Amino acid sequence: MAIRDRLSGNEAVAIAMRQIEPDVMGAFPITPSTEIPEYFSSFIADGLADTEFIAVESEHSAMSTCMGASAAGARAVTATSSAGLAYMWELLYVVASARLPVTMAVVNRALTGPININNDHSDSMGARDSGWLQIYAETNQEVYDNFIQAIPIAEAARLPIMVCQDGFITSHGVSNIDLIEDEKVKGFVGEYRPENYLLKHENPLAVGPYGTSPYYMEFKRQQAQSMKDAMPIIMDVAERFERMTGRKYGFFEEYMMDDAEVALVCIGSSAGTGKEAVDRLRAEGKKVGLIKLRVFRPFPRIPLAEAMCKVKAVAIMDKAESFSNSGGPLFNEARSSLYDLKDKPYAINYIYGLGGRDIRVEDFYDIYQDLFVIIEHDDPGDVYRYIGVRDSRFR
Amino acid sequence: MAYSLKKELEKKERFVGGHKLCAGCGAGVTVRAVLRALKPEDKAVITNATSCLEVSSYMYPHTAYTESFIHSAFANAAATCSGVETAYRALKKKGKVQDTFKFITFGGDGGTYDIGIQSLSGAMERGHDMVYVCYDNEAYMNTGIQRSSSTPRFADATTSPVGKESPGKIQNKKNLTKIIAAHNIPYAAQTTFLGDFRDLHQKAEKAIYTEGPCFLNILSPCPRGWRYETSDLAEICRLAVDTCVWPMYEIENGVWRMTYTPKKKLPVEEFLKKQGRFAHMFNKGNEWMIEEAQQYVDEQYEKILSRCE
Repeated sequence: MAIRDRLSGNEAVAIAMRQIEPDVMGAFPITPSTEIPEYFSSFIADGLADTEFIAVESEHSAMSTCMGASAAGARAVTATSSAGLAYMWELLYVVASARLPVTMAVVNRALTGPININNDHSDSMGARDSGWLQIYAETNQEVYDNFIQAIPIAEAARLPIMVCQDGFITSHGVSNIDLIEDEKVKGFVGEYRPENYLLKHENPLAVGPYGTSPYYMEFKRQQAQSMKDAMPIIMDVAERFERMTGRKYGFFEEYMMDDAEVALVCIGSSAGTGKEAVDRLRAEGKKVGLIKLRVFRPFPRIPLAEAMCKVKAVAIMDKAESFSNSGGPLFNEARSSLYDLKDKPYAINYIYGLGGRDIRVEDFYDIYQDLFVIIEHDDPGDVYRYIGVRDSRFR
Repeated sequence: MAYSLKKELEKKERFVGGHKLCAGCGAGVTVRAVLRALKPEDKAVITNATSCLEVSSYMYPHTAYTESFIHSAFANAAATCSGVETAYRALKKKGKVQDTFKFITFGGDGGTYDIGIQSLSGAMERGHDMVYVCYDNEAYMNTGIQRSSSTPRFADATTSPVGKESPGKIQNKKNLTKIIAAHNIPYAAQTTFLGDFRDLHQKAEKAIYTEGPCFLNILSPCPRGWRYETSDLAEICRLAVDTCVWPMYEIENGVWRMTYTPKKKLPVEEFLKKQGRFAHMFNKGNEWMIEEAQQYVDEQYEKILSRCE
């Protein structure tokens, strides 16, 4: 029987970690992910988890200890946010290249400039090309479920994984949650049995070479292949998870998409607000739908394009700027994935929610109205837009 | 058992030929000498900071190490080793690893005195059972002889060049051994290649077989950066020690001890004149440089001597 509880997203991750009981956690405090190592080290202190906790002196070292531990043959986890993730940057690429399945809870927070502790996706979106798998969550339940699924995904794909949730919104917001029994979680994630590792009795291992030009490109091509191969692994793990819990997961969730004329694609907790707008518009007889992207890396370009193709106009929402003057990261990849289709919808980008700027049901309402206008006039207008900006010059 | 270099050299090599280090380079000598102090029955995981040593010893698909090896980046060798050592404790406790492993990290002075000092300080403070070995060649040799905080005053380096308005490096060398000793770790020492390597060997053995974090700072000259004849490596080291430029001391559980005292302390010129990086100090009008260098060496040596019992 599932255990009903009321938990914040950070508590849910810490409980998932206790149930998984990794061999090593290396972590450094940073708002809003700090509670994860706090809760988890208190589990260790109370003898509830047999994990070696390394209280490092920086995030750079947190990721370095995870790399060392994972290469040594241990299951290694960490948690971070914002500037902490940025400080790990160098190592993100190294860990991915070494094909080490480190699992990291990312509690999304804006990158500094100016300093801001609230949610957006600029931290993990900035790391989108580092070779890490990335999974995002709408609710606390999804945060918990994703973290448990992340372990077998990463270990089968031999890739590191970021399990992302929205800072403060889910990380500190408390909601009802169904926990899985400890033994079931342990059975689900199994034991980590790497093929080769530094401490293997039979033979030594060398990790982290100087990869000269005759070899470097093959390393990168193999990483690219592993990202591709992760697609079926993610679905296999989701199916196994559904058999255990009844909760269904995929690359994305489609909400009211079957007969939708316009739709919106977004990532994370905003999908909850968006669904409320969908419900209200549906009550008014408007055929609107929503796609919530769960897996950003690997990017599910073919199925996502097919889903977006059901509508005539789609708003693609980015909670991160890329300062490219051509839209945010999700927009560019999602719109690119439409290119090969014969009949494609208009695709409009909205940058929203930066540094914790609230997005309301009314904002989604406005976006859907915009999409209907675009269809009506058969003209997308400027496809690179902002919503929720207070400065009247930029509205 | 009494130390015998001959006996030591009969041990199986753990850092084998085929690496791409220069002739006359101190880094490879340091690695071989430290690893000889491992008991034959023990295994080791070697961690390396990005360095000449790293790119010369593990260029894919060849490694010069017979032991397991990990390199991740420049600033984080001590943290990477912390992770490996922690995993060892976790897996050993769970019965998943039976062998005895020792954890030895090598970093150059750039990766240790400068960019790696934070992760090194963290690892020493946390108390991992590991040895951090700095092979100190007093500049960023891998990128082309740029000055580091370990480069001595007046040395000609590519980012502290000698010129009409510049005497070479302006600042004195940082004393990293003292900084690390201030972490109150069980064992820290300075050594270099001298005679039959007894001093280096005994210090490496103590560092490896003392529980907890230990630190070795080993002067490991670089023929390209210091500009000496490759065959002069051992002579340069002897002069560094006999001029007291590089004092041979150890700090064991807070007790300071000088492990070698020159029979006759030589003037600092004897060390300087063998090296191209100090050649300008011997130009007419630059006598003050040698005087100040001598004064600094004397002061520093006295300070260490005064701490020794």
